[in-house]
Amino acid sequence: MELFRSHVLVCGGTGCTSSGSDLIIEQFEKQLADHDLENEIKVIRTGCFGLCEAGPVVIVYPEGTFYSHVKPADVKEIVEEHLLKGRVVRRLVYAEKGEHPDAGKPLDEISFYKHQTRVALRNCGVIDPENIDEYIAFDGYMALAKCLTEMSPQEVIDHIKAANLRGRGGGGFPAGNKWQFAANSKADKKYVICNADEGDPGAFMDRSVLEGDPHSVLEAMAICGYAIGSDEGYIYVRAEYPIAVERLKTAIKQAREYGLLGKNILGSDFSFDINLRLGAGAFVCGEETALMASIEGKRGEPKPKPPFPAVSGLFAKPTNINNVETYANVPPIINKGIEWFHSMGTERSPGTKVFALGGKINNTGLVEVPMGTPLRTVIYDIGGGIPKNKKFKAVQTGGPSGGCIPASLLDVPIEYDSLIEIGSMMGSGGMVVMDEDNCMVDIARFFLDFTVEESCGKCTPCRLGTKRMLEILNRIVEGKGEDGDIERLERLARTISSSSLCGLGQTAPNPVLSTLRYFRDEYEAHIYEKRCPAHHCKSLVHLEITEDCRGCTACARVCPVGAISGDVRQQHHIDIDKCTKCLSCIEKCRFNAIIKV
Amino acid sequence: MKSLEELKEIRQKTLDKINMRKEDKEEAVRVVVGMATCGIAAGARPVMIAFIEECAKRGLRHVQVTQTGCIGLCQHEPMADVIIPGMEKVTYIKLTPEKARRIVLEHIVNGRPIAEYAIGSQEDA
Repeated sequence: MELFRSHVLVCGGTGCTSSGSDLIIEQFEKQLADHDLENEIKVIRTGCFGLCEAGPVVIVYPEGTFYSHVKPADVKEIVEEHLLKGRVVRRLVYAEKGEHPDAGKPLDEISFYKHQTRVALRNCGVIDPENIDEYIAFDGYMALAKCLTEMSPQEVIDHIKAANLRGRGGGGFPAGNKWQFAANSKADKKYVICNADEGDPGAFMDRSVLEGDPHSVLEAMAICGYAIGSDEGYIYVRAEYPIAVERLKTAIKQAREYGLLGKNILGSDFSFDINLRLGAGAFVCGEETALMASIEGKRGEPKPKPPFPAVSGLFAKPTNINNVETYANVPPIINKGIEWFHSMGTERSPGTKVFALGGKINNTGLVEVPMGTPLRTVIYDIGGGIPKNKKFKAVQTGGPSGGCIPASLLDVPIEYDSLIEIGSMMGSGGMVVMDEDNCMVDIARFFLDFTVEESCGKCTPCRLGTKRMLEILNRIVEGKGEDGDIERLERLARTISSSSLCGLGQTAPNPVLSTLRYFRDEYEAHIYEKRCPAHHCKSLVHLEITEDCRGCTACARVCPVGAISGDVRQQHHIDIDKCTKCLSCIEKCRFNAIIKV
Repeated sequence: MKSLEELKEIRQKTLDKINMRKEDKEEAVRVVVGMATCGIAAGARPVMIAFIEECAKRGLRHVQVTQTGCIGLCQHEPMADVIIPGMEKVTYIKLTPEKARRIVLEHIVNGRPIAEYAIGSQEDA
């Protein structure tokens, strides 16, 4: 039987796969076979649904029932109750906080999805990424066909320009202009590159697009190839993304079999093929010139610009390089038109942006919202707020190149220009939420630690400057900060950002500068009062047992260094000279009687 | 693949199979088959399969065949509701695969409910 009465979609993104969705699929196949349903019900492994917090996620169509936190042992019940008898398994249905599971809202009414507009993620979690037919059914390759049959290369470029699609990798440079520069360069060979070297800590937007909808990137690269006059493309993807790499391989193979990549695509005289290159995970290789050096087999180090890649890029040929998410936006723009694209987002930044929500937030996961959406909507309405009733302190956007945005600026619309105005940047879309327990000096130190580690070492300001900044920050969090440290940090930051060779160095001081701008008092407390206001920095806090202590002795027994003493049923005491601040006692105490001061 | 037509053909063919997942799917006709213990015992499964096969054969991609539990009229099983937007719901009883195929043709395709299979008519008889 060709037509299945029901489709069971199981998330096969990295998040759900690591929590066991493979076993769930296996169980479904086994249970369906046992109940003789395998010809009626189809199980599909999809890409990421976005709500990773609730994973592993299973959706049953045609009802659109959304099951969350599914375990392999639950599969039997879903098959016997829901698929066989049509009774939804209420206890597994996703319910929002404080809501009865019987509500069983349809997918698009759940707050997490209600505020989202999915363009780049349009097919993620909806189609089987390993089946090109399903991509085609959802208008896949129609944009490429339209370009090849109805549009000239210049018309394609003009279309992208008019749509004002800005680079989603972080910089926000208009993609149409990039394409135009590459098209204007005269050469016997040109290249199209997709930058899938997603390196920001906490960012996984590109991974999800590649895992959930690889063909959209292939199609867009072919469109770009047609527009700029190139016949060969490269996707530079991190080797740490094994699922994405596998699905890309499958997708490229299927597209070649269908003749949608290769010679004379759709009977036209346009030919285009795509190669995969795996990156070893150096952060600097996300910088375009370093990335191209890496594809060429050289050491991944940046080069001064100009010459820009559009003039002399990969193998010294004109090259267009865009990010995964930028490409994923191209086919819908061609299919649905400029007006449709402009109906979302703001005037200066039309369209949508995908963000990876992480840190101290209830709904960790992937969200796509129109540009200009206030941060508050993303964090509270979609993200579900901060866990454990803690207070929101800041959100870090843009990874190691970005900055922290404090609570007072939560209503700033998210778009390229407004984020730069407040000292952060869009970045590729990582969003790390921090609550009152996070020390902002330590956050700045963490990101600088990352850039010091990832600096390629080619230019001095980045290699030595970031190291010096890190040393000062380390001193401050250890309680050895000195008068003048803040000024030293600021001077170093200015020098590094104005004199580094590539974006990595130029933006490396941003986390420090933005935390200095909004949380200067925390730096001052560390330096002058030797105090960490968030009680986070180990050297600046000590532990105390309060009067709430019942003398149960649990803390004394767990303390690895024997720093806690006291009689049974009497208030205990911590010897702060012996205490190593391992915090095991706090975890053990059932009366919340141990506090950090 | 050498032409746009071939691409469109694949698109159409696959769309038939996965229409239920589209956001802007056509307004669906629902066939709800009683699949509780009583229904299954009375032979609801072959009936449901007949519905699915017949819809597939006729390319009726806007028809969703789903199941439901017992509604308490076990003596009338196998039963099925046919719900067409804009028309009154019709409940058919004591179905067989042959009756199911006829319902697809007469009721869903031609829009003429088959009164003799529906619940009211037989109770009166």
